[in-house]
Amino acid sequence: MARPKLPRKSTSVDMTAMCDVAFLLLSFFILTTKFKPSETVAVTTPSSVSSKVAPEKDVTLVSFTKDGKVFLSLDNKAVKEEMARQINSSTSVGLTPEEVELFKDASLFGTSVGQLKSFLRLPKEQLNGQALPGIPAQDTANNEMVEWMRYVVLGHAAAGERMNLLIKGDNLAKYPTFKNVIDAFKKNDQFKFQMITNPEGVPEGTDLWKRFMQGGKISED
Amino acid sequence: MAEMDTSGGGGHKKGPGVKKAKKLSTRVDLTPMVDLGFLLITFFIFTTTMSQPTAMRLFLPKDADKPEEQNKAKESGALTLMLGKNTGVFYYEGQLDPTGSNFKSSTMKQIRDVIIEKKRRTPADDLVIVIKPGPESTYKDVVDILDEMTINDIKRYALVEISPVEAQLVSLTEGAGG
Repeated sequence: MARPKLPRKSTSVDMTAMCDVAFLLLSFFILTTKFKPSETVAVTTPSSVSSKVAPEKDVTLVSFTKDGKVFLSLDNKAVKEEMARQINSSTSVGLTPEEVELFKDASLFGTSVGQLKSFLRLPKEQLNGQALPGIPAQDTANNEMVEWMRYVVLGHAAAGERMNLLIKGDNLAKYPTFKNVIDAFKKNDQFKFQMITNPEGVPEGTDLWKRFMQGGKISED
Repeated sequence: MAEMDTSGGGGHKKGPGVKKAKKLSTRVDLTPMVDLGFLLITFFIFTTTMSQPTAMRLFLPKDADKPEEQNKAKESGALTLMLGKNTGVFYYEGQLDPTGSNFKSSTMKQIRDVIIEKKRRTPADDLVIVIKPGPESTYKDVVDILDEMTINDIKRYALVEISPVEAQLVSLTEGAGG
């Protein structure tokens, strides 16, 4: 349809393009927030006033769930390789080179050292908090965490890596579980660790709050 | 895209006084929508960065096997907190009286006042808080009480195993008073 060209042009800006951009960005952010690493072990962490951000590199994370299952996760492959070597040299587990590769790729350990061989062959779908038995750390006499921590410490020493010990515990986990974990740390001469928490505001009127108001920093040690 | 031309082919000028309802523009103003979009974007940007977990540091003392190697605390400056179930907190000052007369109960919410009051009364060098989580206490309680130490700026505190006598006293009090 032929139309004569209108002499007057509208002065209002077309918002469509801007709207497009806005919603494109919006959908991007919505999707990326969801894409955060999924939790294989369901843990709801408690909150604290600590404002120090948890380290993300060279992390040895010990998590425990509300039913007392303990899991160990490491991200450094070199350390894990050394750990596998240590396990082979000091126990009769006897990991084959193929299994050592599996060990290096595993991000979560939730079994006793003795059952490591069968654990490494488990399909990926079974590697979650519900299906795995967890590292046995129920009582002081049979605390496999001590064993695991020994390999972790040896592995870090052999690989020459720095070690960041992190504990991630569930709100409803009982204290004895936590105690067994820190006992395992103590027995391996690891006295420094950090506990993952959610940030929380400093209550008003307390000593820390007063110091904060005076411009002081929250001491972290 | 957002505007629709509804004037149709009738682009010709009408005379004065001629009113036609059809002339109303159907063009949608997208500005509020863009506003909303950007508001949500800001919200998502902020929540992604804010959901970073924080970490609380804890230094453990090395287990001293011999009693003479253990740190001595002044009795007057000691406050022992015991954690029971359902966020119950029990406390006593100094030594536990054999009759249990200085054994008091509190809750996680009220314990801050107890700590503050004790801190005001005690010289800073003498004050030491002993935390004894019972077998029924949860990890959250332990973190909360350690957090109280930070909140109240307590310099010396220790995480100690609960003794059977104290554990019994805690469970008895829980059974009696709820």
